[in-house]
Amino acid sequence: MRRIDPRFVPLLGTIAVFALTAGYGSVAYTGFFSAQVFLNLLIDNAFLCIVGVGMTFVILSGGIDLSVGSVIALTTMVSAELVEHRHWSAAQAIPLVLAIGTAFGALMGWLIQRFRLQPFIVTLAGMFLARGLCYLISIDSISITDATYTAIAQARVPVPGTGASITVGAIVALSTLAVGIWLAQVTEFGRTVYAIGGNEASAVLMGLPVPRTTVLVYTFSGFCSALAGVVFTFYMLSGYGLHAVGMELDAIAAVVIGGTLLSGGVGFVAGTLFGVLILGIIQTLIAFDGSLSSWWTRIVIGALLFVFCLLQRAFEARRR
Amino acid sequence: MEAALGSISRHRLFWPFLTLALLLAANAIFNPGFWQLQWRDGHLYGNVIDILNRAAPLALVALGMTLVIATRGIDISVGAVVAIAAAVAALMIGGELVVKNGVQTQVSRFPMGLAIVAALAVAALCGLWNGLLVAKVGMQPIIATLILMVAGRGVAQLLTGGQIITVYYAPYFFLGNGFLFGLPFAVFIAAAVWGLLHLLMTRTALGLFIQSIGINPAAARVAGLHERLITVCVYVFCGFAAGVAGLVISSNVKSADGNNAGMLMELDAILAVTLGGTALTGGRFSLAGSVLGALIIQTLTSTIYSIGVPPEINMVVKAAVVFVVMLLQSAEFRAALRALVVRPAAGGAP
Repeated sequence: MRRIDPRFVPLLGTIAVFALTAGYGSVAYTGFFSAQVFLNLLIDNAFLCIVGVGMTFVILSGGIDLSVGSVIALTTMVSAELVEHRHWSAAQAIPLVLAIGTAFGALMGWLIQRFRLQPFIVTLAGMFLARGLCYLISIDSISITDATYTAIAQARVPVPGTGASITVGAIVALSTLAVGIWLAQVTEFGRTVYAIGGNEASAVLMGLPVPRTTVLVYTFSGFCSALAGVVFTFYMLSGYGLHAVGMELDAIAAVVIGGTLLSGGVGFVAGTLFGVLILGIIQTLIAFDGSLSSWWTRIVIGALLFVFCLLQRAFEARRR
Repeated sequence: MEAALGSISRHRLFWPFLTLALLLAANAIFNPGFWQLQWRDGHLYGNVIDILNRAAPLALVALGMTLVIATRGIDISVGAVVAIAAAVAALMIGGELVVKNGVQTQVSRFPMGLAIVAALAVAALCGLWNGLLVAKVGMQPIIATLILMVAGRGVAQLLTGGQIITVYYAPYFFLGNGFLFGLPFAVFIAAAVWGLLHLLMTRTALGLFIQSIGINPAAARVAGLHERLITVCVYVFCGFAAGVAGLVISSNVKSADGNNAGMLMELDAILAVTLGGTALTGGRFSLAGSVLGALIIQTLTSTIYSIGVPPEINMVVKAAVVFVVMLLQSAEFRAALRALVVRPAAGGAP
């Protein structure tokens, strides 16, 4: 029997955990094992999945992006302000907010690359800035009544053969995931990201476009955050400065649980999907149980993060 | 003269001190009554006292964070630890009004001393957990402490049952609201921790050890330092300091809120440490700088409130401050700036 490529071990572990959790839920709770419950995982976590794809690239390159949650909030806020108070159409507002998020990511990437600043502190400042900008627009929640937005939010696309349906947000999430996988596995950009995460100095010596790629990684993460913000706007139908507080940590947790090594260079975008699904299924289990309070979600996610980090350390130690 | 000025401006505390002085001066201009102090009921009252009192918990957290950052680490769980310590103390004290021998007295569930010790022990235990993950397991500090940051808030909510626990035991309020010699008691707590830490760092070799771990952990280990033990101790202290801050905060607001106590405190603490001139890359650190940093942040917040700017701008201003400070700390940025300043001058001279 051929041995499994060690690169796939963390990913397989993640998929196994997901399968076990899903199996447990199906046995323990009636009504859990249905196509709609599993599709709801994707629907309710579409934005997290999109943010996770961007975050995967950042972590693969050995960096971190703490600004994603606040960029989502800023996107919902700008969208709501433009659509509700300035009477822009969705077709005008969405490209603009995507451009804002992308530019925001590019600016942070440039600061990190050009001035050799730590990604952690730059994106932390970016987080403050984006949340602060939300409050400059309004400190209150702005609900969206625009016809296009509500129509997209309520649209359901039936999935053939299951009788269940998914939302536009979930389709956007799956598309982003597909683009992410293509970028990581096929393009020169993806290979450069892996090389930088493996060893930046070697990547420079190999003549790879390290500075450009570093800036692009954060630009892509900024774009993903804005796209997640658009999906989040559909999901919540409002703009609010306190939307998506702590989302950056959920995204990092999803990436780590998805089997991407935090030291960079090892991991798969597809793993992040399973990381997101595991976070989602824990919430669903706790909701199905009914007797557990919502804070158990945070404790279980923390425990899961701990176990996966331990496994990562063991895995790294064995590789050496 | 120029040489003297040059040596002053090269002192590590020059920039944080100048920032604080400018902020205080701006306050004095916008608010003529800023420096006024009043003596009422045996206490000093005034804006400056208020800033000192409110900066005390942040200064405590920043002191612990300084040592962690000096060892090249980071602790983003301090906010959650603040919430946990506050929850433990509030749960154990609780307190209710009972009539004893015809006199109304307040009774705590456990003796207050025991409650405080327990809260601080739990906080130190949180620090121990972080320290073991970093030093023994070898996780990256940001991830190791991320675990507690995520789970810790859940634990705090579990303790408080998702509610805000109110404390009805007057002696406990002294920690965050009491006055000693006319000054807020919280200021004395922060000053005592700072003083002890300062002695420990300057009178023993511990400060040197921590610096050498931050500069080169491998070399420190080869030189015979108990690198791992010291790292664990530093995280334990950081947890302890966050616990003290949690007590002061919960005593000040007379309640414990598992959800919101210490929210975003980790960011303010990191900001205070950075403002104080301790580089995030580890090595040299300055306790006095971090205290100055905490004062700067609190003064900034008070200024924003007092000059009538909407408080929402606070975060944008903080972000701008972080961007400026980190750019000034970057060698690349200073080189670029120097090139920009020098080049036109050089071009102008024939």
